[in-house]
Amino acid sequence: MSDSRQLPGLYVHVPFCLSKCPYCDFTSITAPELIPAWLGALEKECRLRSGTFGLFDSLYVGGGTPSILQDRHLDRLVTALHRYFQFEDRSEVTIEVNPDDVCENRLELLLKLGFNRISLGVQSMQESELHFLGRRHTAEQTLRLLDTVRSAGFDRMSLDLIYGFSADPAVPHRILWEKTLERVLRFEPDHLSCYMMTFEGDTPFKRLFSEGKLAPPPEEEGEGLFLFTSELLEEHGFLHYEISNFACSPDAVCRHNQKYWDHTPYLGLGPSAHSFRDGARWWNTRSVPHYCETLERGSLPVEGFENLTEEQLQLERLFLGLRTRRGVDESLLVQRPGASPVLLKLLASGIVERRGSRIAPTRKGFLLADGLPLLF
Amino acid sequence: MPSIRNFSIIAHIDHGKSTLADRLIQYAGLVSDRQFRDQMLDTMDIERERGITIKSQSVTLPYRSTAGEDYELNLIDTPGHVDFSYEVSRALASCEGVLLLVDASQGVEAQTVANLYAAMEHDLTIIPVINKIDLPSADIELAKEQIETELGLNSDDALLCSAKEGIGIQELLEAIVERIPPPKGSSDLPLSALIFDAHYDAFRGTIVSCRIFDGTLRPGDVIRLMYNDATYKVEEIGLFRIVREPRKELVAGSVGYLIAGIKTIGDVRVGDTVTLDEHPAPSPLPGFKEVKPVVFSSIYPISSDEYQSLSDALEKYKLNDASLVYQKDSSAALGQGFRCGFLGLLHLEIVQERLEREFDQAIIMTVPSVLYDFTLKDGTTLMVDNPTYYPDVLEIERCFEPFIKASILIPERYMGAVMKLCMERRGAESKFHYPTPGRIEMTLEMPLAEVVFDFYDRLKTVTQGYGSFDYELSGYRESDLVKLDILVNGEKVDALSLIVHRLRAREWGVQVCDRLKEEIPRHQFKIAIQGAIGGKIISRSTISPFRKDVTAKCYGGDITRKRKLLEKQKKGKARMKVVGMVTIPQTAFVAVLKTKNE
Repeated sequence: MSDSRQLPGLYVHVPFCLSKCPYCDFTSITAPELIPAWLGALEKECRLRSGTFGLFDSLYVGGGTPSILQDRHLDRLVTALHRYFQFEDRSEVTIEVNPDDVCENRLELLLKLGFNRISLGVQSMQESELHFLGRRHTAEQTLRLLDTVRSAGFDRMSLDLIYGFSADPAVPHRILWEKTLERVLRFEPDHLSCYMMTFEGDTPFKRLFSEGKLAPPPEEEGEGLFLFTSELLEEHGFLHYEISNFACSPDAVCRHNQKYWDHTPYLGLGPSAHSFRDGARWWNTRSVPHYCETLERGSLPVEGFENLTEEQLQLERLFLGLRTRRGVDESLLVQRPGASPVLLKLLASGIVERRGSRIAPTRKGFLLADGLPLLF
Repeated sequence: MPSIRNFSIIAHIDHGKSTLADRLIQYAGLVSDRQFRDQMLDTMDIERERGITIKSQSVTLPYRSTAGEDYELNLIDTPGHVDFSYEVSRALASCEGVLLLVDASQGVEAQTVANLYAAMEHDLTIIPVINKIDLPSADIELAKEQIETELGLNSDDALLCSAKEGIGIQELLEAIVERIPPPKGSSDLPLSALIFDAHYDAFRGTIVSCRIFDGTLRPGDVIRLMYNDATYKVEEIGLFRIVREPRKELVAGSVGYLIAGIKTIGDVRVGDTVTLDEHPAPSPLPGFKEVKPVVFSSIYPISSDEYQSLSDALEKYKLNDASLVYQKDSSAALGQGFRCGFLGLLHLEIVQERLEREFDQAIIMTVPSVLYDFTLKDGTTLMVDNPTYYPDVLEIERCFEPFIKASILIPERYMGAVMKLCMERRGAESKFHYPTPGRIEMTLEMPLAEVVFDFYDRLKTVTQGYGSFDYELSGYRESDLVKLDILVNGEKVDALSLIVHRLRAREWGVQVCDRLKEEIPRHQFKIAIQGAIGGKIISRSTISPFRKDVTAKCYGGDITRKRKLLEKQKKGKARMKVVGMVTIPQTAFVAVLKTKNE
């Protein structure tokens, strides 16, 4: 059931980066000269979508690399958003930031523009790993920035980290990963997104993977890394509320991402952005030039649209729910009243647990999340 | 009216039967060189792929002899495997003579002998033909000697040819018209025609292949099938000349087809007699028998709502394969299905493959079984072809299992390996015979159950393809049988149970557990596979669970991508069977019985 009590979220995709990271499959181009055209198109998209979703309580500016936008571009973007959309007073307003793009002055500007949550693309605190990942920044830069985020006045700080790869065969990744976690935890982030490396789409890493030149850690090691991460962070008081997401308190949970997972309506602006409302999902073209041209002509840049059947909605509820600590309502797993042998087996195996009327995956369940929806 | 000759080609596998048939068809000019393709008579994909003939096919070849007379030569191609012996026997019953093909380099083989006996049973004129004389390894003198000593035929009668190179074809055709007698029978007597095969055509219904022994058949006649007294009005008759060629009448001695709007396909049985409703023949032609299957297995639709579709497919399939018998069956694990009887394991595999390929059925076949005979303590007997119906152990007085007399022909050097294989399979009373220096013919008694699974494959492997094998049923013998149950996560899977000899039970148990371990994919939880006799566990294997099966990232609002992947996986899973909570791929059920080739 789509949670209609929740207010919708607004997402803006900034499809620009200074360089492409070899593992990343998100839509982004290294053509900053297109930024003005994109911004103009975005303003048009805002106007066309104005008023269609009502009051929002979250805004998420993601990418790409939003922090490469110049101050005046950021200003223009935020002005347009506020001109065409209404936000609730205590909205969560997040921007993704790269450590090398932001200094103290910039943080002040972001605050002034209304951002109250910063998502920092840290990825690793090891130089060798940052190099392997194709990142432009250094661990040193990250440390400097982390020192200033709190003092600049950001209460909410989330860090993106990647693990589960081997940058240097001589040093076990597990050791480097542990060090990365230790180093960032000192700065008391209130939220962490720890993604295990996956080889996706049309990326250089995927090609290396297909050629056998790059491999994920062996299953047992992957399991060990995942459990270690979860246990360590929970010891530090974090709540492992989604497969890759940790919050230091229930209030620190990312309100915006939560909407994707519980069928709350969301509106996505910018190339490749997805939107969802009333059982329908649509998505914009991935091509930045095409996005700009379409809006230039006064049309919406929607490339695909689907009306989800009740069965599809159920399947989504099931797999999205089983990726979160909140779990799913038991009625979603058991169509008929009475005991479901599969459910009993999963309960007995410690893969899921019962919490009131809900069935929620355990840590072990998170590790098996891809296959769980197929069991029901 | 041209004179008629009806003949068949019989040979050991690979001795060139299909090639010779192709050459005769080409010689008769039935197809242009452009239309010609290899194995003209093997029309099914599966026949071409496996290089075997499954269905009896016939073709009428026009021929003008050197003496200037016109003939209609009916070539009836017969299936080439022991599993199809009844169809072979009906095809042979439709002939007056055979070409007995012997490979000039291989000489007489086990099946050459078996085929000769079959032809002799039908009192047919036998023309020995030495084929492949063009091969450098051809040893015509040795082949002639074997024809004398092993077949007891006059080697002076043997013709020499190379079907591949087209050498000696004319002489062969001359010998057919000279040596094979014309069919007897009178066109004025009441109709009496033998059905030796039937095909189903989506547009015309059943197309019956028959040999007219007496009488005349015309369109418009009302015919009666004598086995079940069903009557039909004949729509069309004619000859097979690669394509169907309608005729105004088929007279005594002819081989051709009839179409009579036969929609109830169960009405046609190979071996049945067609007569006229108004003037019926006094008695049916001899030799009709209900085919007796020797191997049994159940077929289930993977998805239970496909039951009706499977039922329809079997009904249609049955038209083209009178040897398949089936009846409704149900399994606790697999739901509603059919218990089927097959002529052998090759037959079983063909049925499975054709149901999947030609009829688009997603099916599961259970572990094959033979027909066991139990004498119970109350004096009654119980025939059991399905382990599900294995009687209560306390009630069993004695058990019997079918045995065969196996005949295995091998080069001497494989003797040790073959003996070992036969002993493993409980072979006994072996006798040896040396037909020619360097070759051994072994005959021995073996339980049929030990042979049906993969004995022939194993024999081929241990003899590097040189061994040939034939068998006949030799009756039932007392045996010490037990029922081996397979438990998956503690749940008995009835479709995997099998009846085995007590001394072989442990070995089977270990094998089945090991094979299932390979066949069943990993799950979210540990899977224990156990073999049990009664309550006693005799073997086990464990499939360890996934430790990590998760994609870290859901791509922002792009939930669609992940859902589509799941939808695809769900579809794939629908083609597997979930027993208890364990997903078992359809291949597992038959695979468990195949020993691995090390």
